[in-house]
Amino acid sequence: MKSAVSTRWWLTFIVFAVVTIGAVAALVWASVGQPEPTLGACPPACPYEFRLPSTLLPASDEAGSINFLFMMILVLAGIVFVVVEGALIFTVFKFRNRPPETALQIHGDTKLEIAWTAAPALILFVIMGFTLRTMSEVRGPATGQVLTVKAIGHQFWWEFRYPNQNVVTASELVVPVNTTIEVALESVDVEHGFWAPELFGKVDAIPGYTTRVRFTPTSVGRGEYGGQCTQYCGTQHAQMRFSVLVKTQAEFDAWVAAQQQPAPAAETLAGDVKAGYDAFLNPQNACVACHQIDGTTAAGQIGPNLTHVGSRAHLAGGILANTPANLAAWLRGPQDVKPGNKMVIRKLDDATINSLVAYLTSLK
Amino acid sequence: MATQAHALPATRKPFLAEALDWITTVDHKKIGILYLCLNFFFFILAGVMALVIRTQLAWSNLKIVDPDRYNELFTMHGTTMIFLVIVPIWAGFANYVLPLMIGARDMAFPRLNAFSFWLLFFSGLVMYSSYFFGTVPNAGWTAYPPLTADANALPGIDFWILGLHLGGLSSLFGAINFIVTTMRLRAPGMKLTQVPMFVWSMLVTSFMVLFGTPMLSVAITLLLADRHFGTSFFLPAGGGDPLLWQNLFWFYSHPAVYIMILPAMGLVSEVLQTFSRKPLFGYSFIAWSSVAIAVLGFSVWAHHMFQVGSSLAVNTFFSLATIVIAVPTGVKIFNWIATMWGGALRLEPPMYFAIGMVTMFIIGGLSGVMLGSVPVNWQMHQTYFVVAHLHYVLFGGSVFGIFGAFYYWLPKMTGFKLNRSLGVWHFWLMMMGFNLTFFPQHIAGILGMPRRIYTYAANQGWETYNLLSTLGAFLIAVSVLVFIINFFVSARKAEPAGENPWEAPSLEWATSSPPPEYNFAQIPTVSGQNPLWARPGGAADPSGHGTH
Repeated sequence: MKSAVSTRWWLTFIVFAVVTIGAVAALVWASVGQPEPTLGACPPACPYEFRLPSTLLPASDEAGSINFLFMMILVLAGIVFVVVEGALIFTVFKFRNRPPETALQIHGDTKLEIAWTAAPALILFVIMGFTLRTMSEVRGPATGQVLTVKAIGHQFWWEFRYPNQNVVTASELVVPVNTTIEVALESVDVEHGFWAPELFGKVDAIPGYTTRVRFTPTSVGRGEYGGQCTQYCGTQHAQMRFSVLVKTQAEFDAWVAAQQQPAPAAETLAGDVKAGYDAFLNPQNACVACHQIDGTTAAGQIGPNLTHVGSRAHLAGGILANTPANLAAWLRGPQDVKPGNKMVIRKLDDATINSLVAYLTSLK
Repeated sequence: MATQAHALPATRKPFLAEALDWITTVDHKKIGILYLCLNFFFFILAGVMALVIRTQLAWSNLKIVDPDRYNELFTMHGTTMIFLVIVPIWAGFANYVLPLMIGARDMAFPRLNAFSFWLLFFSGLVMYSSYFFGTVPNAGWTAYPPLTADANALPGIDFWILGLHLGGLSSLFGAINFIVTTMRLRAPGMKLTQVPMFVWSMLVTSFMVLFGTPMLSVAITLLLADRHFGTSFFLPAGGGDPLLWQNLFWFYSHPAVYIMILPAMGLVSEVLQTFSRKPLFGYSFIAWSSVAIAVLGFSVWAHHMFQVGSSLAVNTFFSLATIVIAVPTGVKIFNWIATMWGGALRLEPPMYFAIGMVTMFIIGGLSGVMLGSVPVNWQMHQTYFVVAHLHYVLFGGSVFGIFGAFYYWLPKMTGFKLNRSLGVWHFWLMMMGFNLTFFPQHIAGILGMPRRIYTYAANQGWETYNLLSTLGAFLIAVSVLVFIINFFVSARKAEPAGENPWEAPSLEWATSSPPPEYNFAQIPTVSGQNPLWARPGGAADPSGHGTH
């Protein structure tokens, strides 16, 4: 371009750029500087530190296959990109600003048309072939050792049930390494999407359907992989998270054995813990309307099963680290921590909250 | 073809009479301008929403807007851009130029034409009145039930349904009008196989609207029934099926992508040949590739549903159909490059935007092929990779095309030239802003960032990409500001554009700028694809090839 771009315009541009960057930076700075108001009592590291998820760091056979396919198509697309954009930009530079009478008056060329119809078709059929292979590899029937798990979507948290082990938990899918995990997905309310980028491609949980996905973790690795709801499901869709904890077979067996135990009997409790137990079962506090604790009379079916809530690393749909301070903040005002979530609780006094925290954290 | 000296009336009409004139007009040119004003207004509105969205996501855990407001914002941004900006703005341009391009005096049904515009006007009004009732649509532009079937939890969806009904009818009547106009009102001698490529694109697009839009109307009517009349079309508890919605919705909404992009491709074809001073390379291949895209476009809708657990056979079919669409799309791109090859390119703002459209659409097309591969889709669907992809197609493709159309045809509509240097600035700022906004979103998606989230946790490695994206969004806003300034600066300067400022070959340039109410003093007789180039004296085509 040989437009006469004056200094005036450079200056205007620089001013605009500085103003925009400044405005955004100021907004971000203002927001970042604010401490979390509802979690004021919590040290900075308190909100659950989500692990960096990435489809580029596969930790299962299935995610590995997809990553290979992705990389292959990316390379092909990259070559096509360079060739086509190169041809386009070269043409623009070569023929720009030439005298009008030099323009060729041609209307087409059938041979060329056939060539540039056939060449992309060829590349696309190669891609399709690899696609088909990977598709059956990733979602075909499982071989070897299989663990069946049911994942049930709720607004806005995931429930995990192990039908053969008789274990129920929430927000954390605990699985043994080198075993194929077959997840059957259901939903109790609206559509949700189930995805842990390092482990498997996403599948929706659809009311009225049971959908399936499987994955085979190849190593314990970091041990924990982030996951998140991927189908818009309402106000708190953004904070419907979960994690997959990959354990050795021995660790997994021990975890299952622990989870199969009911909560300690009332007679064994004392002090704050006993007070919390009483508060939990007090119908006026309404905890039991939604929550179940095996071994007690609490049998609500709406919220997460809390029998072993103390053993979990996260709270509130995978968004908070399970610390006494976070739990207290949650009980004080779940709508302040995660506005729009489905937990309703009446205003409790501090003593009750402290005893509830003591009781719930004791449920290992 | 007479050069009509377009005499401006010496005295202006009083304001009320002028306003009444515009409200009651059935002149295709005035209706076209009404469309363009309305659509541009909504473009600015949706753009401001996008800026708020981008600011909220600039860093992790920001609290610029609360979750419910954010969910309303992305719903209204998407719905507005699709149904109130990109789909209808092409009806606006076509309203103005299509009758001129085929040498007609007006659209076939002028009153129906006015009705289409006013339906669209009320569609926007109904949709945005939700803000005054405090119940704004908030379930994304896809509004999947069962979430949206609950009228108590999400009352705003009714505004969305009603607005879409009106907008759908507007689109449908417009399509009928464009089809009949193109079929029946072409100037003597103009064969259907010789119409300007923009006219052809509008014809194909109108057929897609005709086949697709009723399906959307059916879907939203059923949803309305589920919400208020106790039916269970989409509710499993009553024997319904949530996937029925996805099938019905995407049966329209995937073709809608082509409804938004085919007219842009038509515009690019016009501009490339005009500014290369060279007839379109492979006219019939470009024309038939549009038809191929339209037909294939109706058999790919389930690629939005690869994650619902369909069988291998179903996924294979839709994957194949999706990937195959890249072939006719590639044919267009190669023909465009060949059109420029050997030409004498004049780099004016419309040409910048047309070339820009092709360069960006290539990226959107390639990421589309990636998403068409089912396993890759399982990973990338519902992430920012898709957000990036769709914006490369709809912004890099359609919106760049729309600004190309503004620079190309505004001199015809207003009678004055637009400032070239501001136009070039607009282009480069938008190009930089656009890529800065949307390229990093590919990476955020690959790193696992889902779409439609109002916030994200720290330490996920997404902040940098989101911050770049936010900066880019503001740069786009600046570029649009340059466009608006350009319009007013040029209007003030009022440098006459003349009949044919670009020395273009099609008939809209064979009358004054702006054209008189009756368009042509005498309906031109045409032979060949590029009538004005075949004319003695007006020929960039001295060999006379334009008359073939």
